[in-house]
Amino acid sequence: MSDEVKAAVLSLVGSDGLVWERLKSGSKGYYLLLMVTGILVAAAAVAGVQAMVVGHEHFYNTTREVPWGILISTYVFFVVTSTGLCLVSSIGHVFGNENFMPIAKRSVFLSIATILSGFFIIAFEIKIPWRMAIYNVISPNLTSNIWWMGTLYGVYLMFMLAEYGFLLLDKHRYAVICGFSGAVAGIAAHSNLGAVFGLLMGREFWHGPYMPIYFIASAMMTGTSVIILFHFLAYKVNKEEMGPPMKHALAITAKLGVLLICTILFFTIWKMVSGIAGQPAGKYEAVMALVKGPFAINFWLFEIGMGMVFPLILFAGSKGKNLSMMFLGAASMIIGIFVMRYDLVVVGQAVPVLHELGVNEYKHLLSYSPSLYEGIITIGGFAMTAFLFLIGEKLFAGHKMSQH
Amino acid sequence: MKPTNIDLAALANEGVENVAMKDRRHFLKMGLAITGVFAGGTLFSAVSVANKVFASPAEFADKYPYKPHYSMIIHQDRCIDCERCVAACAETNHVPHEGYRTRILQRDVPDAIGQKREFIPVLCNQCNLPQCTRVCPTKATYKNTSNGIVMMDTSKCIGCLTCQEACPYNARYFNEERQAVDKCNFCFDTRLAKGEKLTACANACPANCRVFGDLSDPTSEAYRTVHQIERAVWVLRPEAGTKPNIFYTKG
Repeated sequence: MSDEVKAAVLSLVGSDGLVWERLKSGSKGYYLLLMVTGILVAAAAVAGVQAMVVGHEHFYNTTREVPWGILISTYVFFVVTSTGLCLVSSIGHVFGNENFMPIAKRSVFLSIATILSGFFIIAFEIKIPWRMAIYNVISPNLTSNIWWMGTLYGVYLMFMLAEYGFLLLDKHRYAVICGFSGAVAGIAAHSNLGAVFGLLMGREFWHGPYMPIYFIASAMMTGTSVIILFHFLAYKVNKEEMGPPMKHALAITAKLGVLLICTILFFTIWKMVSGIAGQPAGKYEAVMALVKGPFAINFWLFEIGMGMVFPLILFAGSKGKNLSMMFLGAASMIIGIFVMRYDLVVVGQAVPVLHELGVNEYKHLLSYSPSLYEGIITIGGFAMTAFLFLIGEKLFAGHKMSQH
Repeated sequence: MKPTNIDLAALANEGVENVAMKDRRHFLKMGLAITGVFAGGTLFSAVSVANKVFASPAEFADKYPYKPHYSMIIHQDRCIDCERCVAACAETNHVPHEGYRTRILQRDVPDAIGQKREFIPVLCNQCNLPQCTRVCPTKATYKNTSNGIVMMDTSKCIGCLTCQEACPYNARYFNEERQAVDKCNFCFDTRLAKGEKLTACANACPANCRVFGDLSDPTSEAYRTVHQIERAVWVLRPEAGTKPNIFYTKG
């Protein structure tokens, strides 16, 4: 290594280097949060490894009839979020809409943080993940949506990392190419995730073209709320005042959020009506479980109330100016969306596949509730996003965008 | 459209003796293809049964896709829920207590006259269009191209359990000892490959409820049971489009 390179590296990561200077600039609260989130991630990793080694059946509440639980829904939540961040931020720095430009860098960073959190969760959900690393490559099944989803998300992550790298280096031409490729890979991957559910012919609640379409629309809705939430928090962490371009960008993001909430409300209304009209076998029972069954509180309070109506009122009421209202709306929406993903996964399995046979064993809806270990790992996923966000704010000095 | 002024009542009866045999058969087939829902599955004639086991109607020519084309016909009313089949399966295939490859379901019909409960044995349907093999990311589960059995290559299973989600028959479970999803394979490795003619469950059944055989062999009991116009034969969840090879009948 030449002396010049050595000096450059030292200036970044040496004891007095730029990286340490930046990381040392946080407040006490910052370090406390960093420690708490770090511990939560470590706890989740310990719980996940223990479950993997001893056997998932001892620690998770999933069953033969309900094989997918909160870890799948949390994984879906994180990849939905990542795709949404990528798509919403690409409106600015890939497709050239200046209004969205100030949010680009942080959003790209967060899309990487959230997809990593998703991978962290799924590693503890899949029973033998090391076989996946081998056989996904040497024995691929091209008719499998899971295979496409996994592979395309791998490609997506590579593009997003490259894009962020080029943004850091101010190589905007390359960043745009990677951003565009990342958005294409993200859409392909995410719609395949929708198809993982939508193409299962024996699962009436999921089956149909609705899922891939809905997944993309709801990803963008999630993207708007996460962008507002984290940008609001970032300026608190960095103890800075938002400039007019950033305020304007968030106001436009909230407007887009309003449009997307309306879109998802529209989707949800027709999904529910089509599940009730004519009482389609298998689907009707699942939809009614949401409307007035065991999932009614989840559906009305969290999905409809906190996930859509409340943020819609707050976003619209803020007129793009009241940041606290927008923050509250975004936080409420994220909680609501998390429950949406949980219901989507669990309600889809609640009606037993042999329900129509009328046998005693499958007369009733199946139930599932997360175990302690599943809860710890889920929290660990959120902590990981928070941890990476906090580190990122200092390490990359508030993700400032240079003019270009 | 112009109304026709033909007095139908005044027309002479042509009789059926002049209708070509082919047309009569066609007419009969049409009638038999009109089916109703009965006994927990869709009831259909032998004609539509044959349609069910082919990948597409165009393939419904004169042969079954596999040789041998393994199948099981379950005479539902013969089952007495002794569960010897379940025990024989578990012993033969080392099925752990937390799982099962086959089981007997019960259906109570309180307002039925006479017998008020019936038993329905279930197992992997060895579908001709299996959903489980389509969704598996690593081809850990696959359809054997010579005999049509849906099999597992346990070393490739990543444990994502998508096949469990995809199966419309709940025929799969995760086997902790094998660290892979496990399912019925018609005892291929434990009996058929060793020269046995029957699966463990069919062999153990004292009531001859499970008739195991080769659908591509016209002399087999399986073939002769399915290919009868007067016998009601059905499959479970035909709407899932998997074209199962487990048929149900009574009598």
